[in-house]
Amino acid sequence: MSKEKEPLFSAKNLKLLSEPLGQSNPITVQVLGICSALAVTVKLKPSIVMALSVAVVLAVSNVVISLLRKMIPPRIRIIVQLVVIAFMVILVDQVLKAYAYEVSKQLSVFVGLIITNCIIMGRLEAFAMGNRPWPAFLDGLGNAAGYGVILIIVAFFRELLGSGTILDMKVIPQSFYDAGYVNNGMMILPPMALVVVGIIIWVQRSRRKNLIED
Amino acid sequence: MENLVNIFVKSIFIDNMIFAYFLGMCSYLAVSKTVKTSTGLGIAVIFVLGFTVPVDFLLEKFVLKAGALAWISPSLADVDLGFLSFIMFIAVIASMVQLVEMVIEKFAPSLYTSLGIFLPLIAVNCAILGGSLFMQEREYANIAEATVFGLGSGVGWFLAIVGIAAIREKIRYSNVPAPLRGLGITFIITGLMGIAFMSFMGIKL
Repeated sequence: MSKEKEPLFSAKNLKLLSEPLGQSNPITVQVLGICSALAVTVKLKPSIVMALSVAVVLAVSNVVISLLRKMIPPRIRIIVQLVVIAFMVILVDQVLKAYAYEVSKQLSVFVGLIITNCIIMGRLEAFAMGNRPWPAFLDGLGNAAGYGVILIIVAFFRELLGSGTILDMKVIPQSFYDAGYVNNGMMILPPMALVVVGIIIWVQRSRRKNLIED
Repeated sequence: MENLVNIFVKSIFIDNMIFAYFLGMCSYLAVSKTVKTSTGLGIAVIFVLGFTVPVDFLLEKFVLKAGALAWISPSLADVDLGFLSFIMFIAVIASMVQLVEMVIEKFAPSLYTSLGIFLPLIAVNCAILGGSLFMQEREYANIAEATVFGLGSGVGWFLAIVGIAAIREKIRYSNVPAPLRGLGITFIITGLMGIAFMSFMGIKL
């Protein structure tokens, strides 16, 4: 029971939150959860909603699996995990449909695809199955934040350069357009999301040499 | 017939799972190191998509859609089980993957050994669930259209992963800047391939 006395925000727990933001970022380092995520990054708003949805699903299912971890027979754990995730995703989907219908239409099938988002299965399998609920909760939040940060950076650049807006507000002044500036239509197309992520990886790895692959 | 060909071509080139929707990126990035393994995975994906999309189509049509249960008794006509579709689809996919695996093992043992561990992995490939969800969203009219869509999406995925694997085999001999090596350059190449695939846009048969 000695661990009970560990303060809620001990250095170790804080590390669970901060590490996924850079050193072990789920997208750029662990290569999890790229599926489906990038397709929503044309505009900033759906990306933020997507990041929040993933955060809720990941944190709650991490806690649930962590609470159940001693009861789940190892052989059927994948199915149990899928059921927990699918349940959470259905909840999120219904809430979005009820309170943010417009955004939910924009996200279309990608909310449902959170179920097969490898980042969630990956964290449940790698962390929640072997840890107590509170660290599992922090781990879920941290990884969702690391995921959200990349999503938001990509969406920021794609919206700024592709449509000249941020959160649907015009930020590039009209005088620029009068002087001959044109929105880069390329940025709205799907392939540019991949190139932007490639550049983010490039920047990150040239700052942290230990991440470089041979 | 013309309609079917149109759906097939469209789902391979224009609505390509990887380049247009980024579905199945995880296995796409992880398994694309050699052409041989990625061919195996690609074929497995075609198989599973070709099976699950029509099955999910029937499920959607006769169980899940609003009023779909009316064929049992008219009193069920206003039941809408749509909110269950995620969990039903994922269950169908998991069991279909198991079934396809058993069938292949029985009737094509050589294919089974070459596909190896990839078949079970496919259950959590986003491209498979994505195929069913797109089928639901686009409301295909009959099972033939749904099957063709499933197969076409699988072929598109296959082309993408074999293409990137071939490029990655070659690029090993090139002098890529150190921080870009591995993951970074793969992302950028995928983007470039996506741009190339966009030239198919607007083709109508």
